[in-house]
Amino acid sequence: MNKLNFLSPDKNNLYAYLYSGISLFSLSILIVFLNSFFSLDLTSFLPGSISYFLPLIIGFIGLHLIRIEYSGLKFLDIVNKNINTNKFNALLSLLIIFAVIKSLPPLLSWFIIDANFAGDSKDACSGSGACWAYIKTWFNRFMYGMYPNAEQWRINLSFIALAFLGGVGFFATEKFKKYLTLYYVVIYPIIAFLFIFFFISGGPIFFDFSYGIIAAVISIIIGFFIPSKFKMYYFLIIPITIYILLKYVFFYEELIELGKIQAFEWVETGAWGGLSLTFIVSFFCLIFCFPVGLFLSLGRRSDLPIIKYISIGFIEFWRGVPLITVLFMSSVMFPMFLPEDMFIDKLVRVIIAISLFEAAYVAEVIRGGLQALPRGQYDAAKSLGMGYWKMHIFVILPQALKLVIPGIANTFLALVKDTPLIFVVGLLEIVGMLNLAKTNPEWLGFAMEGYVFASIVFFIICYAMSKYSYNLEQKYKTER
Amino acid sequence: MNFKKILPQLLTLVVVILVFGFFSYNAQVNMENRGITFGYGFLTQESSFDVQFSLIEYDGSHSYFRAYLVGLLNTILVSVIGIVFATIIGVVVGIARLSSNYLIERTAAIYVEFFRNIPLLLQIFFWYFAALRALPLPEKAEPIFGVFFLTIKGFFIPAFVWNNLNIFIYSVIAAIIAIFFVRLYAKKKQENQGIQTPVLLISIGLLIILPLLSFLLGGVNASIEIPVIEQLSQTSFTYKGGLKLPPELISLALALSLYTATFIAECVRAGVQGVSKGQKEAAASIGLTPNQVLKLVVMPQALRIIIPPTTNQYLNLTKNSSLAAAIAYPDLVLVFAGTALMQTGRAIEIVSITMLTYLTLSITISIFMNWYNKKIAIKEK
Repeated sequence: MNKLNFLSPDKNNLYAYLYSGISLFSLSILIVFLNSFFSLDLTSFLPGSISYFLPLIIGFIGLHLIRIEYSGLKFLDIVNKNINTNKFNALLSLLIIFAVIKSLPPLLSWFIIDANFAGDSKDACSGSGACWAYIKTWFNRFMYGMYPNAEQWRINLSFIALAFLGGVGFFATEKFKKYLTLYYVVIYPIIAFLFIFFFISGGPIFFDFSYGIIAAVISIIIGFFIPSKFKMYYFLIIPITIYILLKYVFFYEELIELGKIQAFEWVETGAWGGLSLTFIVSFFCLIFCFPVGLFLSLGRRSDLPIIKYISIGFIEFWRGVPLITVLFMSSVMFPMFLPEDMFIDKLVRVIIAISLFEAAYVAEVIRGGLQALPRGQYDAAKSLGMGYWKMHIFVILPQALKLVIPGIANTFLALVKDTPLIFVVGLLEIVGMLNLAKTNPEWLGFAMEGYVFASIVFFIICYAMSKYSYNLEQKYKTER
Repeated sequence: MNFKKILPQLLTLVVVILVFGFFSYNAQVNMENRGITFGYGFLTQESSFDVQFSLIEYDGSHSYFRAYLVGLLNTILVSVIGIVFATIIGVVVGIARLSSNYLIERTAAIYVEFFRNIPLLLQIFFWYFAALRALPLPEKAEPIFGVFFLTIKGFFIPAFVWNNLNIFIYSVIAAIIAIFFVRLYAKKKQENQGIQTPVLLISIGLLIILPLLSFLLGGVNASIEIPVIEQLSQTSFTYKGGLKLPPELISLALALSLYTATFIAECVRAGVQGVSKGQKEAAASIGLTPNQVLKLVVMPQALRIIIPPTTNQYLNLTKNSSLAAAIAYPDLVLVFAGTALMQTGRAIEIVSITMLTYLTLSITISIFMNWYNKKIAIKEK
């Protein structure tokens, strides 16, 4: 038996140090645990401040005793390596462990033990904990805003259908994979818009957009028979011509009557709200801001001076101002810039404003990817005889976009987190609804529950998005 | 120049001009119809509204321009407070995320993941409407260290009462200039003779000694004024004396710094991780001490990665401070684009001034950043 030197534990008396160290460490945790969960004070016989710091001192000595390098015990080595490398680390580890033990009981009691789950009025909430009955009562409003209760199935149906249609990409076979981009960039947004317009809004079946779709379908069908040489000019002119013909010549007389046919009751956008509005706004802004940002980034890197400087000016302008002033502009200043008889819906204005704002950020992110590509990629594509668009679509963009997945994901996350700002124009998504519910005289005093609820909802959405983007990043990672 | 290059440019230009023309034509027609004339003359008119919290003297008899200044200063105040705290928290958390200690690393990671995934507006609301509302009323507040009072009506902290404050400020400026020259001298000495000068110690010494001299010789003196509770009416109490930080300012600064700190922490982490291990090993192998390795090899390279995105975060914080409008902190947006706009109805002028202010702020900073980036960029041959 060697001499025990407690100031510098070593391997020789491993078990002596180990047992004393672990028992001291456990004792310190036990003291804090009993103190915080059962408010038992084991060390009450000691003077105040010593009793207060005792667990820390005991735990510190305990950790000091078990800090033995290369002990040969796997468990001990892992503990030492991770929480106990030196005195400072040991102290911090102890503080964190104690803080967690100390904060658990109040949190648990607020969230679960003392909380009220049942009931549908303020009186049900008498305990000191959270009043989840408040969330339960208002849940419908937090999800759908002021949307009429009887019509809410329309929102649910649309969202389920859109989620299903959005998931089509996962089941597509090899044969259809090449059309997926077209589907997601063009067809899916149109379907989504139609769903929102017909189902959620209850718009008339025949309106300008319907003619547009008819025009597009007709011109695409005819387009197959046009020689590729003229295709570009054809698609520049024909769809617009057909649209104008449809609107002003063929259907002009019937327009008034056709415009009245609608499948569902009209619900104005002011009544939309809650989490579903958050989804609608982020969805459309997400879809619009990406292509706009893409073109802006290409514009900024173009060698045509006018396009380049217009793009730079546009990007720098939107990046330089806060979103809230942009929304202010869209609500108070923008109507001044429109003809007097022209009216654009609040929601549409907001979606346009946020899309343009985020597009500038997307553009800068994509520009980063474009700049990161080596010059050789451009040269190689050009030497194969590819033109500007071919080069970008088939060579440059696939690589550049792959590089900037994290950046784009961050921008999209920022977009989702920015949606609550639409309260500026009077649209109330989930945070706005919370503020409304908070001021309801029957439910005063439950701000905390509401904000905690919304935080959890947003955390789940954003965390899932960031994890998904991380997966994408790993999936498309190419070694260079 | 061939046709293929001119046509798209021409088209773009025509479209842009048409859009602008359409908007400005409509604006003119609309303003004519409503009998508004365009102009910035209203800035000198009397504003006749009050602002709750202002750094400069202001009341309803001052001009709209003064109201604009009040808003701008309040924006700058909350941004500066936010930037200072966000940097401190961000650097600490960023380093904690690199710690070998599992618990510390996890705690920092949880903090970052949690606070960055919740909308800033929600956080501001949380602090303002939920957390700070749970504070006691002024008459029931327990003092912290006997002098700080955290109440539902705001934070009351002791204030300094100065005599000859300007001499004190001059001495601090003199100290900063002296430090600058000491640094230049030290760098020269290091380059010519290879001798290190303890710059940090000298700087701290200068910063303490010069202001101290101003106390002893310049006739500067400062006394501390502690807030004292005062009864306004039967049930209403407040504190007199000292400095009052309104709850709007506190919750805004808290939310801004906690939110932005998560992004700064990630920048710091990426920066330190971005310095390759070989650099540290090489520095250690030529005999630098760990402190010197950190100061002369790791930090200069890490800062090169850290500073550009961090400045971006500072800019974001400044722009995000406009969310103040949601909780009625009188910043630029609330005072000017809110109250002043409501009163004058001059939407175009006021929104354009507000946007131009933010634009100037961010473009100045990004020009400075580009210059700085060029300066510190690795000069490749």
